[in-house]
Amino acid sequence: MSHGHSSALAHHFDSLEQQREASTLGMWLFLVQEVMFFGGLFMTYMLYRWRDPEAFAAGSHDLNITLGLLNTVVLIASSLTMAMAVHSAQTSRRRPLIGYLTATGVLGLAFLVVKYFEYSAKWEHHLVPGPLFHFSEPAIGGRAEVFFSLYFAMTGMHALHMVIGIALLAWILRGAVRGRFDASYYNPVENFGLYWHFVDIVWIFLFPMLYLIGRHYHGGA
Amino acid sequence: MSGHHVVPVRVYLAVFAALMVFTAITVAAAFVDLGALNNVVMLAIAVAKATLVVMFFMHVRYSTRLIPVVVFGGVFFLLVMFGITMSDYVSRGFLGAGSAWPRPWAP
Repeated sequence: MSHGHSSALAHHFDSLEQQREASTLGMWLFLVQEVMFFGGLFMTYMLYRWRDPEAFAAGSHDLNITLGLLNTVVLIASSLTMAMAVHSAQTSRRRPLIGYLTATGVLGLAFLVVKYFEYSAKWEHHLVPGPLFHFSEPAIGGRAEVFFSLYFAMTGMHALHMVIGIALLAWILRGAVRGRFDASYYNPVENFGLYWHFVDIVWIFLFPMLYLIGRHYHGGA
Repeated sequence: MSGHHVVPVRVYLAVFAALMVFTAITVAAAFVDLGALNNVVMLAIAVAKATLVVMFFMHVRYSTRLIPVVVFGGVFFLLVMFGITMSDYVSRGFLGAGSAWPRPWAP
């Protein structure tokens, strides 16, 4: 506490302002790296869809658009509650902070529950790639396996990020309950919010790419 | 620039409403046959939604210049990866008969 003006200020920063920007920049560098990580999956999707658009269109017909839409709404709502949680921390309101963080976690869990029902339906319909894979449209057959491999790889990686996010959220929530965050120090809340919104953005792209594109090919059947 | 910018709640609510409207449009558009335009519409809406989240929920609009440089620099290199990889695959059949990546099911 060499500067003596705030217990939240680490000694190697001149001001809370500078400390906050350094922490935000660090988080963004991590997220840009995450963009590249998911970028590899998106690249693979783009390439294989370009190679066989019919199989991708046929595969997307077997995804449940209602559940995909429900999860989109749930996740965007959780981004709103997360933004409100950061807002509460910035304005030093502890009870709303705890409330919004809890709401974000509940919505995140709701997303995973819906995902569980989607995955188990795919398992029952033999749409999980592997020896049991069977696609009902004979003209497409095993070609749809590529689509479902990418479906599980992309949504699986996204779901893993959700699970990690909910674990981190529990830790942030503990800090909020103990009164660690207020207007002078809320970097962990802000940075966790950035992570949460990033995971939301990944889903914003996954939903149209996996569920919607190619839906019109067979007249929406 | 003050890094401690508290975004008004009504901005968050407006962004949320816009995201919901975009979601409704993109789902509705999926059932209309626009040909190749379907892909363009889906991607344009997804990019618009992502931009709203980045600018407002993630506060990039209110940050110092450094943060947008990092964010859009990252996106730029992602597009470089997409562009160079696709230009390779798409151009492989240009020089001779057949493709270097055959489609056994194609007539």
